[in-house]
Amino acid sequence: MSDKKTTTVLRSSFIALAMFGFGYLMVPIYDVFCDLTGLNGSTEIVSTKQDVDFAPDLTRTVKVQFVANLNNSMNWTFQPDTFEMEVHPGQRIVTNYTAINHRPDAVIGQAIPSVMPSVASRHFHKVECFCFTNQTFDAKEERQMPVVFVVDPALPDKVEVITLSYTFFDVTETASTTPFNLEVPAGG
Amino acid sequence: MSTTTVDDHHDEHPGFFKRWITTTNHKDIGTLYLLFSLLMFFVGGAMAMVIRAELYVPGLQWVEPGFFNSMTTMHALIMIFGAVMPAFTGLANWLIPMMVGGCDMALPRLNNWSFWILPFAFTMLLSTLFMPGGGPAGGWTLYPPLVLQTGNAFPFVIFSIHLMGISSIMGSINVVATILNMRAPGMTLLKMPLFVWTWLITAYLLIATMPVLAGAVTMLLTDKYFATSFFSAAGGGDPVMFQHIFWFFGHPEVYILILPAFGIVSHIIPTFARKPLFGYSSMVYATASIAFLSFIVWAHHMFTVGMPLVGELFFMFSTMLIAVPTGVKVFNWIATMWRGSMTFETPMLFAVGFVIMFTLGGFSGLMLAIAPADFQYHDTYFVVAHFHYVLVPGAVFAIMAAAYFWLPKWTGHMYNETLGKTHFWLSTLFVNLTFFPMHFVGLAGMPRRIPDYSLQFTEFNTMASIGSFGFGLTQLLFAFIVIQTIRGGKKATDQVWEGAEGLEWTLPSPPPAHTFDVPPVIK
Repeated sequence: MSDKKTTTVLRSSFIALAMFGFGYLMVPIYDVFCDLTGLNGSTEIVSTKQDVDFAPDLTRTVKVQFVANLNNSMNWTFQPDTFEMEVHPGQRIVTNYTAINHRPDAVIGQAIPSVMPSVASRHFHKVECFCFTNQTFDAKEERQMPVVFVVDPALPDKVEVITLSYTFFDVTETASTTPFNLEVPAGG
Repeated sequence: MSTTTVDDHHDEHPGFFKRWITTTNHKDIGTLYLLFSLLMFFVGGAMAMVIRAELYVPGLQWVEPGFFNSMTTMHALIMIFGAVMPAFTGLANWLIPMMVGGCDMALPRLNNWSFWILPFAFTMLLSTLFMPGGGPAGGWTLYPPLVLQTGNAFPFVIFSIHLMGISSIMGSINVVATILNMRAPGMTLLKMPLFVWTWLITAYLLIATMPVLAGAVTMLLTDKYFATSFFSAAGGGDPVMFQHIFWFFGHPEVYILILPAFGIVSHIIPTFARKPLFGYSSMVYATASIAFLSFIVWAHHMFTVGMPLVGELFFMFSTMLIAVPTGVKVFNWIATMWRGSMTFETPMLFAVGFVIMFTLGGFSGLMLAIAPADFQYHDTYFVVAHFHYVLVPGAVFAIMAAAYFWLPKWTGHMYNETLGKTHFWLSTLFVNLTFFPMHFVGLAGMPRRIPDYSLQFTEFNTMASIGSFGFGLTQLLFAFIVIQTIRGGKKATDQVWEGAEGLEWTLPSPPPAHTFDVPPVIK
């Protein structure tokens, strides 16, 4: 094989290998892109409670709606205690979701949050949330789980309604092998 | 090899095993690819017949819904990876060395290997239909989480896709190495015939995108069996990300399926219009622009996933931009025919049919590119009509045109012109009867990939089914014509067609096993 031909083959093979790597590289790129833009409803990570100490803007109200979903036909009941509320931006709000495990055995669940519209997701700060960690439910257990959040006063004026949605996934099988760290509050 | 031993090769009569199984001859491997593609065309076609038989009237009559879904999935996988792509690779094997004046493909052993992987890949894929849980039924796009519900078939589907990918990547590296290193002296890049140009660009698209598909399906595999969470929201992944990765491969893939067809048509129209191709260099640049644009338009397949407005607009406008280089090509073909001394032998009929019906498919593509309108068309039969127009009277017609055009060169015999023309007219009639009504049911809201439908869609579906049965039967005529031509017929001259120009027409018909051992001189 001539040198020139070898060079062509090596170059082409390198492109193929690099593109295989690029396929995997798209995974972190996708995450970074969504974090930067707040697309996909990824919610803001809150570091400390001081970060969300805003002066409540009493002149403005925003409607916040709560949605609950179950994945994998989990035999649970899962719903918000309050379906919607009017809040002032900057105000610290506490609300609850209730879940019941109807199964005769223990189940580990993981809730995944999503905020719509996506422009609001960066201005919706969760201070405390059951979605920060796995939730282990004993057989037939019923539990109330709190969410503490603040809507940033910097929320664009055009947003009048924010929808916070949670989907519960059954992670009993994988919870032990893949510790879940969706939103780890960074120290600070 | 040294040129003094050339004559010895011409007297070689290898046995069946050496001729076909261990062969490294580009012409024999080309033949193998083309015959394999024809076989897969009938296998995939039979699946389409099952789909259309089920959709002949509303209600469930012939097959279970799960089997119906695996028919649509397998039909797509087999037609794309088993019929159209190997047909183009077969044409590349036969024609590229003869067109650039090289003695063979650059990497003959790799060439043998890239072909012989395919029968194994497709045997494995087809065997999934007999496995517990049935074949893959989540659509050829393999979207999670649906595709992760596939039964035992799942790893076999993934591995067969890996094998197909390896085969195409090796084939493409071979094409690139041949074109860049095996050209006769004087054959500069901008003197290369357009089929060679379009294949060079296609080969780069394949090398750049097939590995991305391989990565995406590997992620599916590890998600299902090795507890990764690339696409599982429960583990912090996102199923929408699969769509982004898949279509980053998938959109260049649709140009992989059409660019060589552009090359073929750019040979046939000048031959039968007896005029040189209008705008050769603009054709080359248009092909390259289409290839470049194909990498930045992928999300137009997923307008409805909830992208921000800026994203919708970007992908909408970049998609529409592709109509510009494509339009350049269509107008160049028309300008080539303008005031030409045209005759309409079978290859020309297929080529002209290609130009008209491919353009029709391009127009419905433009309609789908309009993001706000796409919300209505998404996942309806309008999409099915669109991509079948660009793939059947587009890619498949071009492959058939190529078969009629070069078959006399390959076999040394002329095909039966009357039968060829009959094949063209019946195919054209039935292909339109099959796919045109799908535009209407799609616009009226009939969803794709569902084995049943509402009553108001009955008439158009019955028409489409009748058309598809007619189209399927007509292709048996094509197989008959090909076999008849291989076995005998009127002797073809070396030039075959009065207006044919290019190095392959200077060789005898049929060409001896080894050609251009001494490179020709290009003026």
